[in-house]
Amino acid sequence: MTSLPRHSTGKKLGLVIDLDTCVGCHACAVNCKEWNTGGYMAPLTDERPYDSDPMGVWFNRVHAFEAGEGAQSRTVHFPRSCLHCAEPACVTVCPTGASYKRPEDGIVLVDESMCIGCKLCSWACPYGAREYDQREGVMKKCTLCIDRIYNENLEEIDRTPACVSTCPAGARHFGDLGDPESDVSKLVASRGGYDLMPEMGYKPVNKYLPPRPRKDVAGAVGCGTRMEPVAGEAKGLLGWIDRMLS
Amino acid sequence: MTRAHPIDLSPPVSDEIKYTTCYMCACRCGIKVHLQDGAIRYIEGNRNHPVNRGVLCAKGSAGIMNHYSPARLTQPLLRVGPRGSGEFKAISWDEALATAAGWLGAIRKDDPRKLAFFTGRDQSQALTGWWASQFGTPNYAAHGGFCSVNMAAGGIYSIGGSFWEFGEPDWDRTKYLLMFGVAEDHDSNPIKIGLGKLKARGAKFVSVNPIRTGYSAVADEWIGIRPGTDGLFVLALVHEILRAGKVDADFLARYTNAPWLVIQAPGAADDGLFARGEDGAPLVWDRAKNAIAGSNDPDAQVSLSAEATLSDGRRAVPVFHLLAQRYLDPRYAPDAVAAETGLDAETIKRIAAELAHVAFSETITIEQPWTDWTGRRHERMVGRPVAMHAMRGISAHSNGFHSCRAIHLLQMLLGAIDCPGSFRYKPPFPRPAPPPLKPTGRPDQVQAGKPLPGPPLGFPTGPEDLLVDAQGNPCRIDKAFSWDAPMAAHGMMHMVITNAWKGDPYPIDTLFMYMANMGWNSAMNVPGTLSMLTDKKPGTDDYKIPHIIYSDAYFSEMVAYADLVLPDTTYLERWDCISLLDRPICDADGAADSIRQPVVKPDRDVRPFQDVLIDLGARIGLPGLLNAEGKPKFPGGYPDYIVNHERTPGIGSLAGWRGADGSEKGRGAVNPDQLQRYIENECFWRHELEPEQRFFKFANRSYLDLAQRMGFIGKAERVVLHLYCEPLQKFRQAARGHGPIQPPDEHRARIEAYFDPLPIWYRPFEQAAVDNEEFPFHAITQRPMAMYHSWGSQNAWLRQIHGANRLYMNRAAATEQGIADDDWVWLTSHQGRVKAQVRLMEGTNRHTVWTWNAIGKRAGAWNLGAGTAESEKGFLLNHLISELLPEREGGYRYANADPVTGQAAWYDLRVKVEKADPVEAGETAPRFEPLHTPPGLRERPSLLQYGARFRAERDA
Repeated sequence: MTSLPRHSTGKKLGLVIDLDTCVGCHACAVNCKEWNTGGYMAPLTDERPYDSDPMGVWFNRVHAFEAGEGAQSRTVHFPRSCLHCAEPACVTVCPTGASYKRPEDGIVLVDESMCIGCKLCSWACPYGAREYDQREGVMKKCTLCIDRIYNENLEEIDRTPACVSTCPAGARHFGDLGDPESDVSKLVASRGGYDLMPEMGYKPVNKYLPPRPRKDVAGAVGCGTRMEPVAGEAKGLLGWIDRMLS
Repeated sequence: MTRAHPIDLSPPVSDEIKYTTCYMCACRCGIKVHLQDGAIRYIEGNRNHPVNRGVLCAKGSAGIMNHYSPARLTQPLLRVGPRGSGEFKAISWDEALATAAGWLGAIRKDDPRKLAFFTGRDQSQALTGWWASQFGTPNYAAHGGFCSVNMAAGGIYSIGGSFWEFGEPDWDRTKYLLMFGVAEDHDSNPIKIGLGKLKARGAKFVSVNPIRTGYSAVADEWIGIRPGTDGLFVLALVHEILRAGKVDADFLARYTNAPWLVIQAPGAADDGLFARGEDGAPLVWDRAKNAIAGSNDPDAQVSLSAEATLSDGRRAVPVFHLLAQRYLDPRYAPDAVAAETGLDAETIKRIAAELAHVAFSETITIEQPWTDWTGRRHERMVGRPVAMHAMRGISAHSNGFHSCRAIHLLQMLLGAIDCPGSFRYKPPFPRPAPPPLKPTGRPDQVQAGKPLPGPPLGFPTGPEDLLVDAQGNPCRIDKAFSWDAPMAAHGMMHMVITNAWKGDPYPIDTLFMYMANMGWNSAMNVPGTLSMLTDKKPGTDDYKIPHIIYSDAYFSEMVAYADLVLPDTTYLERWDCISLLDRPICDADGAADSIRQPVVKPDRDVRPFQDVLIDLGARIGLPGLLNAEGKPKFPGGYPDYIVNHERTPGIGSLAGWRGADGSEKGRGAVNPDQLQRYIENECFWRHELEPEQRFFKFANRSYLDLAQRMGFIGKAERVVLHLYCEPLQKFRQAARGHGPIQPPDEHRARIEAYFDPLPIWYRPFEQAAVDNEEFPFHAITQRPMAMYHSWGSQNAWLRQIHGANRLYMNRAAATEQGIADDDWVWLTSHQGRVKAQVRLMEGTNRHTVWTWNAIGKRAGAWNLGAGTAESEKGFLLNHLISELLPEREGGYRYANADPVTGQAAWYDLRVKVEKADPVEAGETAPRFEPLHTPPGLRERPSLLQYGARFRAERDA
């Protein structure tokens, strides 16, 4: 079994995903696929790409579902990827040390050279974030774009995960969730960001922001529910409309 | 255990970066393409680009997979088997071009109308329309007739601009956004960027849509309206704000035709037209002088209500007077429209109150002086921060033109047009409502061997502008600009095949199409369309449509029905220009255009369609394509044309870096280095408006002067916003028996009914025609954000997201019928039957069923393997939609379209849903013969490990 790092810098790089603005467009999922299929864990193999039952490796998937019933229901778009847990069971369960958590920044990675494809990690992960590449016989997963975020060949502004830089709705944010003064930590604090399934105890680093309160009730935009009539019929309105002119 | 895991944190990304413009949908985002040894490593959004500001959607991010798709055609093809069999032989480009030139040249010498040239979702209409005009055929259009002409025409005839390409919500300032029926790609990234900003600012977002997906899912309030009733809902909002007196009277008086006097003389030829002075300008009532004045008199103190007596003693009233009378009628009250729209009257009243509150009590002010058209200086710009946006859900109904006008009417009443926080025009709009551009193609304008005297498409303003012969019969094969659809500004592509097959109004020789999957998901009534494409003249071996030429980059379903196939390149292999003469990429704060440059070389024997069109034009001697010596004028093909073609002196395809030294904008001499200058600027050009030019563009002196200088408008005159659309009344008067050009008797009642100069609402035609108890549901499609029409299914990544479509039903409505999740059902319309698998959801209007658009594929097409979900389970609603309305008295069948614009009424469909027999479960119906793979297609891989080589090279 694999140990978590004994010492860490306190840095916890991760994502903040805003469920208030995610429209479920899949940009994050596809741009992730595009970057990473040529990136650190390349390739993200696609089996039967043009035939029946195509199946590929994706580090990020977006689920659309409805919650609630009738008028109380809502449509939810839920992007799901590795949460880079502070206490990742996928690491501690790994028999070879292939799965590991970086002490420098908390990113959970797989070292393919050590992976034997036993899939224990995918069984251990309650979030379903691991992706087995059947062809390569190894487990793959979100790297938080480790080959982008420190990459000196990219302009500094581009050193973010692909899913974040491509998100059209601005629903994804990247930063150090271990630093309470970081933009992402402040965002989580101000918007009531939460952990996914905290009861499992894995202390995910990634946070989700809940939908903002919806302005769909009387008074939500600061006015009454109906206007007082001043002109019951055309004659009334036509009688005074010219007096409104400056 | 722990150990070191060496990682290279700064691997090289690529060895070359090229900028170009995306074409994975119609959004036209800027992209940055990373290349490694000439292969595409990564495509990302261009941070500096005005459309997408660095972001890129799922489609754009999957561009690599379209570019390397095994469905790419690889060589020109000539049909050898029966049409539709897919039996082709590969031929050379010389043979292909000689064949096409032979057919086209002969037609042009004989009767140019025998060419019907229609393009699909292409972005080079400035070239294709001009080419058709040079050829001399009126039978040209792009896909706007089945896409959005109701929005374009509804907007342009009302406010001289429109939603999407010609305008946008003020995303940075609006406090209230009301969005109607937006398909999730119109316009993709700007809307998503905008919604993100808007929600972060705490603005309210209301989405009116029968279906709660995509944008509607994040709306503050979802209004799950009954399809086709949006216009009625809007007119109820109008009723409420009029009743409360919450209108911007000054805005109406200054900028709209609200004060213009309308002649009230029933029975007279000019009844309902504007009273005009000797100079032709409409008249107003000056309440200060108690006299009639010209509407162009800047000092007139206009009245919005006073009845006036004209010099000839007749009565006239201001437009606002008519409008108030019309919409204060109780039939537009929320309680009266509640049942039809399926909305709660209290909700309608509340939304109206909210709109009025935000518009009038939450105004925003920009401390920016500006000068209006009269020369009056205004110290600041005051905004009514209510914005609206609408698209397909309004457009694709037979009442869409009027519904769109109703939305613009509401905007005008609130004073919420091009002010801070409202809908804003994107240059080159506003233009006059409508622009002075008339369609050509009347019998006197079509001559063998000669160009048309003008463009095939334009904006009629009265019966004299129609393309009809002396008997009132249509001049165009699609019957656009005839009494069937007088204001069909985008043509009616959906009618071409049916009419050409019937020879109605006349037979054609060659159907030439580009990027339009008319043999499948772009056709109404697919089974009928396929039989028309393959039908032969009785007793002969000749097809009723004698020749079909088709250009496409991919093996779409339509390819099998062509006689000659001209294979196009992918978007990464070509030059293109996104021109101000066509569908520009401007934003409210700036004018912009852009290019595509080839970022990779084709590895197949394919040519860009635009190069082919220019080559063909020269071969058949189109005058604009030959120089003085009779030699090809643009030997360098499309890039040569982009740079050197001038529409009028100084105005060409691209507005940036004009003039010999590149110092001119908008107007200027040809610059031979223009494309290089675009490439140096990441393939786009943008001119930012001065702060004083950014709002009230319709009346803003500084903006109008700029627009005239840049060539956006002919004259630097104000653009009056039209609550009352006089051209409609002119058509109606003709139907009432006035004027030299009148509709044939059988069309009179229809013209009279639908050419109301103020917006009206009526039930969509199919709903009005069929038995609503037999067909109780509306059936519509939605565009998935990750797919663009038929293109997505060939994409190895995108088809993993949307591989098969379901029929979505409201849970309660389905349960009432005993239908459960995953059941298979038969969907029946008056036209046909389709079998589909059901998915239940709460967020669907209970009278509506829907599915994702264009996921269903014909077996064999797109080089997909046998048994794929796209063909086994995927289905189209197209099979259920008739391209024609039921017969009327006399046997005539109008197009299933809006009676004003000819817009295809896809969303009018009515169906019944019945549970299929359990033995029928498992696959869709109808199924069609699998298509044969044409010669030369690459073998589809059984395994894809795209990108493995980049890692291998890094590791090596």
